[in-house]
Amino acid sequence: MKRIRAVAGRELRAYFNSPIAYIFLLVFVGAAMVTFFNVNAFFSRGRADLRGLFDAVPLLMVLLVPALTMRLWAEEQKQGTMEVLLTLPARPHELVAGKFLASWGLLATGLGLTLVLPVTVAAIGELDWGPVAGGYLGALLLGAAYLAVGQFVSATTENQILAFILALVVCLGLYGLGAEAFAGLFPDRSAAVLRSLGTSSRFGSVARGVIDLRDLVYYVSLTGFFLAASVGALRARRWA
Amino acid sequence: MIEIHDLRKSYGGTVALRGVSFSVQAGEVVGLLGPNGAGKTTAMKILVGYLLPSAGRATVAGHDVIAEPLEVQRRLGYLPENAPLYGDMLVQEFLGFMAEMRELPPDLRSRRMAQVVEECGIGGVLTRPIGELSKGFRQRVGLASAILHDPDILILDEPTTGLDPNQIVEVRDLIRRMGQTKTVILSTHILPEVEASCGRAVILIDGLVRADGSLHELTRSRVQVVTAAPPDLARARELLGGIPGVRAVESNPADGGEGAPRPGFHTFRLRLEDDRDVGEQAAEIVRREGWRLRELRRDEKSLEQVFRELTEPAREAAA
Repeated sequence: MKRIRAVAGRELRAYFNSPIAYIFLLVFVGAAMVTFFNVNAFFSRGRADLRGLFDAVPLLMVLLVPALTMRLWAEEQKQGTMEVLLTLPARPHELVAGKFLASWGLLATGLGLTLVLPVTVAAIGELDWGPVAGGYLGALLLGAAYLAVGQFVSATTENQILAFILALVVCLGLYGLGAEAFAGLFPDRSAAVLRSLGTSSRFGSVARGVIDLRDLVYYVSLTGFFLAASVGALRARRWA
Repeated sequence: MIEIHDLRKSYGGTVALRGVSFSVQAGEVVGLLGPNGAGKTTAMKILVGYLLPSAGRATVAGHDVIAEPLEVQRRLGYLPENAPLYGDMLVQEFLGFMAEMRELPPDLRSRRMAQVVEECGIGGVLTRPIGELSKGFRQRVGLASAILHDPDILILDEPTTGLDPNQIVEVRDLIRRMGQTKTVILSTHILPEVEASCGRAVILIDGLVRADGSLHELTRSRVQVVTAAPPDLARARELLGGIPGVRAVESNPADGGEGAPRPGFHTFRLRLEDDRDVGEQAAEIVRREGWRLRELRRDEKSLEQVFRELTEPAREAAA
């Protein structure tokens, strides 16, 4: 536990020692505002909810999460500190968990800053906080899944740019799998399978404020799978 | 303290270790010597549990490096080649991080931090970002972080590469001081390094241990050098050649140092049959005959010579 905290603390400091954290927060919150007020025409719809925000969140995360995860392991490999970390008496899962928690914390901070939106909406009209809370929970879990994917990709390369692009491609793939534009091309049964595997289709119900346990289980298992894969990638390095 | 038995390692097609065995007793300071690519770094990475061997085994303080890497890692301090560190952290932040990762209790932590800062002489850079430090200071910070938990065993991979002569002396002094209480393995391809710090050298060439012994044993050659001014050269050769154990005598006019041959002085190289020491007999002749003497020494091989002699039989066998 202590070591997980130590790793997470170091990672968070590394985020804020570089411009990454600030750029991420700025772009994330900025993009959330823009999509909420403009693209989704909050004012013309005339309803006090956060649909606009939650419709935009999945794609926003696809684009921004890889920027948070690309350096997690690629940089350690590049600057050689991987050797320092992996020869400390720490288990690989402690290192993976620490890094994951740091990146998740930063993502949660970004989401937290968008809370000004529901607060504003609540001031203008009658806001139903239930769906909003559900939406934020769903967003946190969706983000966790993307972060896990990104960390795994980063553990397989020492090239940060490559880690960014690969994570983007995989996250976009998971996003697009269930998107209507793609899944709609398939016969009903296959389309249903695709929708159940896609992060965006899963998020659709969350965005409407419906919390389905199956959706949560899906995000948690996706996260668990890729975190375990990251641990596996670290263990496999000993065989190099 | 450290046992290595028939360690083998290959990466894809290239073989780095072809069956390396040696052991290190508690308190020994051992230099792992060899040309670049000989397998020194690979052997160390296996010892610290960073890499798995393809075959063979190694134990550190009784713990198997394959089965119980954590137990091994708890007991040793490791400084990888080039001392990789987090450039964005302050020196004190980094040491704090390492202390947390090593789970040092808080009271012990501040005491140990103060000690290693003092020992490694990094008190002046504690609040500087590591990325801005000179190579010498980085190396010292790396060393400080490696001994933070006061391990019994230290593994240092080329601790002085890239340092300037003053820094090299400082780091060597540090290692020598640590060697008084710890078991140390350090790798290098520089001979004076081993001379300065190590009691024993293990020479690794092409993934095999080619020699293992005290440095003196390894570099001693079978040549006794005598530089003196005998009045009669032929008689001198005869006398020196008559010492039991001398196989042949070569002589050359000695040069006087600054290029000019010094009149009367000759350098005699006595080729010996075995490792026996004939210095005393040679000195006795010089004294009895009343020659002026300038030098009397056992010739030493350079490390390059040792390497060459050790590799050549292998090349011949391969050819």
